[in-house]
Amino acid sequence: MTSLDPGLPEEEDRQLIQMVSYKYEAEVKDLLLKNPDYLGKIVPIKLTASDDVDQVHKGNYPRDIPEENRRVNDYQLQIYDMLNERGDILSEFNISFFTSPDSREAELAGIASSFMGTVFSILVCLAFSFPVAVLAAIYLEEFAPKNKFTDFIEVNINNLAAVPSIVFGLLGLGVLLAVFNLPRSTPLVGGITLSLMTLPTIIIAARASLKAVPPSIREAALAIGASNMQTTMHHTVPLSMPGTLSGTIIGLAQALGETAPLILIGMVAFVNTIPGTPVDPAASLPVQIYIWSESAERGFVEKVSACIMVLLAFLILMNLAAQIVRHKFEKKWS
Amino acid sequence: MSKIKAENVNVYYGSKQALFDVSIDIAEKEVTALIGPSGCGKSTFLRCLNRMNDVIEICRVEGSIKMDNLELNSRKLDVVRLRENVGMVFQKPNPFPKTIYENVAYGPTIHGIAQSKEEMDQIVETSLKKAALWNEVKDRLDEIGTGLSGGQQQRLCIARAISVSPEVILMDEPCSALDPIATAQIEELIDDLKKEVTIVIVTHSMSQAARVSQKTGFFHLGKLIEFGPTDKIFKNPDNQQTQDYITGRFG
Ligand SMILES: Nc1ncnc2c1ncn2[C@@H]1O[C@H](COP(=O)(O)OP(=O)(O)OP(=O)(O)O)[C@@H](O)[C@H]1O
Ligand SMILES: [Mg+2]
Repeated sequence: MTSLDPGLPEEEDRQLIQMVSYKYEAEVKDLLLKNPDYLGKIVPIKLTASDDVDQVHKGNYPRDIPEENRRVNDYQLQIYDMLNERGDILSEFNISFFTSPDSREAELAGIASSFMGTVFSILVCLAFSFPVAVLAAIYLEEFAPKNKFTDFIEVNINNLAAVPSIVFGLLGLGVLLAVFNLPRSTPLVGGITLSLMTLPTIIIAARASLKAVPPSIREAALAIGASNMQTTMHHTVPLSMPGTLSGTIIGLAQALGETAPLILIGMVAFVNTIPGTPVDPAASLPVQIYIWSESAERGFVEKVSACIMVLLAFLILMNLAAQIVRHKFEKKWS
Repeated sequence: MSKIKAENVNVYYGSKQALFDVSIDIAEKEVTALIGPSGCGKSTFLRCLNRMNDVIEICRVEGSIKMDNLELNSRKLDVVRLRENVGMVFQKPNPFPKTIYENVAYGPTIHGIAQSKEEMDQIVETSLKKAALWNEVKDRLDEIGTGLSGGQQQRLCIARAISVSPEVILMDEPCSALDPIATAQIEELIDDLKKEVTIVIVTHSMSQAARVSQKTGFFHLGKLIEFGPTDKIFKNPDNQQTQDYITGRFG
């Protein structure tokens, strides 16, 4: 299928084809597969417009500049006006934005790949940083002797929290990719890199909330004959959980918007498949914003806006979910 | 009969000495009151008896403290067993932020005392009854313990302490945060408890010491100045300092 109207001269036919998205071949095929009897007949068909026509339709494209500087020529504008007058140009909710991976064509590009990439990265980040951070905080706060060595560790955790994220990206590149040979551009590597950043944040928050548990509770447990381990696990840690969880959210929220380290470990690659596991190549939402904002086509401006909204919605949802969890804990202990 | 026998106990916080050569005999199933001005080391001594001073890193205890001929001030001592046998009630009520039931059941749970749910229910009920709290809370055992009034919380802490049937209960100013009615209830409780357990109580109230105790020890500046039957300490002390403290001339 290379022609929209076999009766037209070749040049005009080509210009007509340029008005619709590359997807038109698949769209025609789908229609025919669904309705085999359409073959050989003239029927109406709904095709996705190209991003240029889309911009004309939205009034974002200047019509008054000379034709040779325009991406939509006079012939195409004429066709567009004709279709528009007949009411044949429809604006519909772009579901495929959420279900398609990235594409070079603005009208086809979607966030499915980067969204899944972000989800997997955050999950990997949580899985690596939360247990390590909480255990480290419990050890440092409840069991470690106070000496020069633990002081040294404490100072370094605080320093770690202040390290610029790009440095963690370089670490991921140098260690995870180069030494351990983990698959490049994957949420697994991205998540581990991000977890290095969230680790100190969670440790600091968990220690602060462990410290905030009143000593009288510890004394009460010890005095009834609980061991140090029992006192910690039955009383101190559960009481510190709300604070620890809110610290974790703050850490994950930072990680969610992090771009620089992900670019370094290759999650900036053009990915036109949707990752099904954390070891498939993927982008992430903030990196997707970065990639699209560098594109020349006007159509990507809207993609960037939409992607930012999705990212913000994701953040709000995460905070909400965490607040609910937190609230549940607090009720139990108030 | 002597339950706890302390000999030449010296306690140091870092380089600062808080107790000097304290020797005392605490009799079984009696109430022993420790009195003295603030900072004289009453709490420090009390905490030697269940090794709570272990928690304070800079604290060092020297000397011998024997309970039923078992040396308490020894590295080899099983502190968990000791604290199961020697309960403690603190100055400020400190129930766990859990339900009333869980507060009382915690000790028996970690020490594996109850074999079944029924047995645990029984222990919780008996402990709360002994602590004179059962009637007030029996319909709301699953409410949070910290939601009770101050006096009720303190009795809950006493119930928690007796839930593991300790032989000794240490009380560090248990009534200082309570009103006179709650105080009277606790004193009555102490009177009941002494039939079964040995009680050591630190108090700032002379009248309370006189009311509840059989023996009284007077501490001053880390030394045990005088120790003897409460009657004698209050009516006819040997030492001039004791006399002055009791009559309120200093302290
Ligand atoms: N954790 C600690 N670190 C350092 N010094 C301490 C500590 N606890 C108590 N001390 C010191 O030991 C001495 C005795 O204190 P302790 O708490 O035993 O007094 P007390 O008789 O119980 O006083 P109060 O009637 O005010 O409770 C005090 O001088 C106090 O400063
Ligand atoms: Mg004291």
